[in-house]
Amino acid sequence: MADLVQHPDEVRVISQRFGKGAAGIETYLALGGYQSLRKALGMKPDEIINEVKTSALRGRGGAGFPTGMKWSFVPKESAKPKYILVNGDESEPGTCKDRLILEHDPHAVIEGVLIAGLAVGARQGFIYVRGEYRYLVDILRKALDEARAKGFVGKKICGSDVDFEVYWHTGAGAYEVGEESALMESLEGKRGIPRIRPPFPAVVGLWGGPTVINNVETIAAIPHIIEMGGAKYASYGPPKNGGTRLFCLSGHVNKPGVYELPLGYPMKKLIYEVGGGIPGGKKLKAVVPGGSSTFLLTPDEADGINCDFDSFSARGEFLGSGGVVVLDEDTCMVNFALRIMKFYQHESCGWCIPCREGTDWLKKTLTRFHAGGGVDKDIDNILYLSQNMLGRTFCPLGDAAAIPTMSIVKKWRNEFEDHLHGKPCPYESRVWPEPALA
Amino acid sequence: MVENTQLVSLTVDGKKISAPAGTLLIDACKASGIEIPSFCYYPGLSLQAACRMCVVRIDKMPKLQTACTVPVAEGMVVTSESDEVRQARKATIEILLGNHPLDCPVCDAGGECELQDMTFTYGAAESRFMEAKAHKEEQQWSPVVFFDRPRCILCYRCVRVCGEVMDVWALGVQNRGVNSVIAPNMGDHLECEECGQCIDICPVGALTSGAYRYKTRPWEMNHVGTVCTHCGDGCKTTLGVRRADNGMEIVRGDNRDKSGINGDFLCIKGRYAFDFQQHPDRLKQPLVRKDGKLKPATWDEAFDTIAKRFNAIREQHGGAGFGVIGSTRTTNEENYLLQKFARSVLGTNNIDHHRTADYPAFAAALAGKPEMAASLRDFEKTPAILLIGNDPTHQHPMLATAIRNNVRLHGAKLFIVNHEGLKLRRQSKAYAHIPKDGYGKFIAFLGGDDAVASALANGHTNREQLMAMREMLRGEHQLVIVFGAEVRGKDLETLVKLGMSHTGVKFACLGDYANSRGAADMGLYPDLLPGFTPLADAGDFAAEYGASLPKSAGMDLEKMVDAAKAGKLPAMFVVGANPMARYNVQLGELKNCFLVVQDMFLTETAAMADVVLPAANAYEKSGTMTNTYGDLQIVRPAGDFAGAKPDLELIVRIADRMGVAPQSLVPFGRGTRADMGQSRGAQSGEADRHAIWMVAQGIEPKVSPFDPQALLDEIQRLVPGYGFSRLNLFAGNDVPTHTAGKGKGAHQDPELIWPANDTLFTSGTLGRYSNTLNSVVEAHEGKRYPTQVETD
Repeated sequence: MADLVQHPDEVRVISQRFGKGAAGIETYLALGGYQSLRKALGMKPDEIINEVKTSALRGRGGAGFPTGMKWSFVPKESAKPKYILVNGDESEPGTCKDRLILEHDPHAVIEGVLIAGLAVGARQGFIYVRGEYRYLVDILRKALDEARAKGFVGKKICGSDVDFEVYWHTGAGAYEVGEESALMESLEGKRGIPRIRPPFPAVVGLWGGPTVINNVETIAAIPHIIEMGGAKYASYGPPKNGGTRLFCLSGHVNKPGVYELPLGYPMKKLIYEVGGGIPGGKKLKAVVPGGSSTFLLTPDEADGINCDFDSFSARGEFLGSGGVVVLDEDTCMVNFALRIMKFYQHESCGWCIPCREGTDWLKKTLTRFHAGGGVDKDIDNILYLSQNMLGRTFCPLGDAAAIPTMSIVKKWRNEFEDHLHGKPCPYESRVWPEPALA
Repeated sequence: MVENTQLVSLTVDGKKISAPAGTLLIDACKASGIEIPSFCYYPGLSLQAACRMCVVRIDKMPKLQTACTVPVAEGMVVTSESDEVRQARKATIEILLGNHPLDCPVCDAGGECELQDMTFTYGAAESRFMEAKAHKEEQQWSPVVFFDRPRCILCYRCVRVCGEVMDVWALGVQNRGVNSVIAPNMGDHLECEECGQCIDICPVGALTSGAYRYKTRPWEMNHVGTVCTHCGDGCKTTLGVRRADNGMEIVRGDNRDKSGINGDFLCIKGRYAFDFQQHPDRLKQPLVRKDGKLKPATWDEAFDTIAKRFNAIREQHGGAGFGVIGSTRTTNEENYLLQKFARSVLGTNNIDHHRTADYPAFAAALAGKPEMAASLRDFEKTPAILLIGNDPTHQHPMLATAIRNNVRLHGAKLFIVNHEGLKLRRQSKAYAHIPKDGYGKFIAFLGGDDAVASALANGHTNREQLMAMREMLRGEHQLVIVFGAEVRGKDLETLVKLGMSHTGVKFACLGDYANSRGAADMGLYPDLLPGFTPLADAGDFAAEYGASLPKSAGMDLEKMVDAAKAGKLPAMFVVGANPMARYNVQLGELKNCFLVVQDMFLTETAAMADVVLPAANAYEKSGTMTNTYGDLQIVRPAGDFAGAKPDLELIVRIADRMGVAPQSLVPFGRGTRADMGQSRGAQSGEADRHAIWMVAQGIEPKVSPFDPQALLDEIQRLVPGYGFSRLNLFAGNDVPTHTAGKGKGAHQDPELIWPANDTLFTSGTLGRYSNTLNSVVEAHEGKRYPTQVETD
């Protein structure tokens, strides 16, 4: 079990039951669990959707799409069954929040699925757990068994006339499957490759039925929203950025960990107060604000920005998935670009040419470049290769690889120039751990 | 099915175009002359949007869009050519070429490669990379399929054509990312129908054919569009031909320009089984029996021997002394000439061929209703199909493909009645698995006889299922009923009558070989003249032939063989057939029978002959053939084979040597000399404009006694149902004929029909002389078909 951290600025909504043994249903019930489900069973579907719209909850997977609006796209009438699909394929580098939710509060996810299903008229839910999170499956499976035994899942839930099945499923270890249409392919037993859209999943999704796909954290927030009311939840964050979110703080900070903070929390405070600053009092060089697929921030940019969706989109950038990675002054940005490109090259599904070949050539070029074999034209070439992926690939994985790379080259171009002409890496004062890739 | 004809207007590169609603942008552009490049998009296959070559800029959309996935919309403004678009396409080519081996000088696809063409168009000439290319060794997946992985650009066309079109699903994608690779789903080899569609559809040289690889550069071939010589579907094939010491060598067969009735489809036989043409056992000079042994002889010696004996036998026995057996693979002109020769020169009705379908009964049943005969093209879009008997997957691969495509793309309903489990069952809406002897009962059941239902319900399909199927069929008003040799005689008549009470029903009758239908249409029957004309109605034929035609019906094939064995048939003339093998006649069993055989090989029949004339095959001659659906197509020669002559010429020369004026057999001698296009280089899919012009001007091109066009003219004039458009035919199109419907037809002994039951990998006697077919048979079954026959 991961060590839990805390900070006085935290507003504990989703994480309120962390560390309290709520994975067991008795504790979960003692802490108020499944009350929201009972409440939702007494509500009309539109009332539930409106409550979620009022909460200003936005997707926590990274894209930040308003959840209530997504639900409202599901057609009322459908010849095919509708589905709730929980995206627990948490693979974005720097992001480790869904894992804590599934570990400490799996019933909140199950309850969220049931409420979402009542809202859109689905009677089956799937919780898809990342392949590498296999140990969580035991916890989730036990929770589902308990919920079924207690009558929250299965026939006539809570004594109502609603039958509702919730299933778990694991991936086989593919970042790409975090993309919602690839996730559906994987769940259907096929190769994890995205689908052509439109049609969007809300209309044609799993096995052709209308499907709501939400992140684990998003769905875990639902019972709390029903319980406290959408307005109260919304009030935790700035306008249109309702509630709190789990920030996964890692990298060069004294107190890394997952903290629940209101949206709009200042980045500077997150690093220096919540995270306790940089070890050894070193200077900040860069911040990855929300998983490796986001634009990196320079210290100046990090100083002035608040962590909510709209503050980032105003800059044409992304808040992302909550994975905040702090890099200190001893970090080689070329090596950092190489490290993340190794990830994307390894995780590209290979479906489309620009991503499959582009990430590979970027990895090869960056490898040679960092090893001292770089030439002048490589720097622009790295930009060129990235630009040719941005917006031109089949799914956003190409964007995810291009965005950090382009921002590193543009913002730290001097570090690339310092690597030229066969010099050894001038920034390499730290050995980077290189985990074996699955 | 109502076609969506609502047009939407859009602007592409400033040009106003329109297309039916729902059309994909890439297709709409193509139809308006604007080419948008693509690797992965292929009409009729599922969409991929994987290659990103078709990206275009569409106003009001944030990113470049793939033209292969976007349907046209009213008022859409598209830029398909701009710096941005060109740059995006160029970048894609650049990173593809980064790992591509660029071994174009030795690549089969060099010169016909879509990657080459696009590199040429977008000019990705300078490499941005220094790293070594990824290389992998080539693999052999089957006797005919090789895979050069480094050349593969992962367009997934092969995977889709194998799965979606062929319903074989032998190919898939392994691994992910840059390690993604096309691979057989069954480990290291393909378990498939060996159709070669994957090779044909590959835009680069990644998949290559065992029969063709490293044999030629594409530009060193001539391309000849003709008709496949194997099954009765009559696929158009474009032969790639090179000069060889003995005339020419066919090195490739495909229909890449989709010009024919079969689109780009060919099965293993059409694609590879042309190699009998260069088989080492081919006969290259006539053989004449001397002192009990067949010995090489000159043409003069051979013709003299035949003429002398034929004249003597005619003198002594009259027409009754002869038996004539024709071929299901020779052209219409040759078959027509053969029966004309038999009837007007030899004076006999003892003429027959290997019957594989009851065409005379079909003609009799359809008499007066030619519009109820279905063309192969009817299967492309008809909303419902009833298949009774036969296994098209093996015996009519193109028909099977047309049916699968219709079900997949247009939602056609397929109903199957068979005594075995067919692969096509996977496409069927309803399937009646009946006993082997249950076809007649099923037809009675269709007609409303419920009493036979219990006899049909044999444990596979129960009574309720049969009833439900009949109910569904009664609701179908645009139905094509297609049946195999299981349906003949009275059953066939009952079935067709039943269908006639339904408007919109069409029929097709399945026979086995390339010109089985043509042999039937051209009167290779002891009781029927061409066009299923009864002997009693000989009128026009008698007038034209200028001889007193024999009035009474002759012997059928089986009776002729029996008579020859009994020493009661003084002469037999066999053209392109091997009856002695089929009737299991052993050497020495024919008694007092002067046997003349025209064939490519020393078959079982040829080995017993007194004179063997080396014949050219369908790929070495001009003419026409009629597929089993009555679609007439032009046959063009790929080239000559030294030492062999077309059957048409051989028959004329025999007649000439017998003292018959060739003009009485072949109405040549008027007009201007012209062949059917090859001498002017008309190639696959290309209209022979010169010939079309001449026909349009009324110039009758027939000067040589060996010119099949002279006979085609007579066929058109005399054979009921052959009043087709010559312009269309000469342009390389299939044109419908209507002997079934126009001719009278007849009921004969249904037992004379002997279906060949070929599989995908066999093709009668001819198949065993194809090395490629044999290598596939060997890989699948561990044996080869021997080509050497016993001789004396």
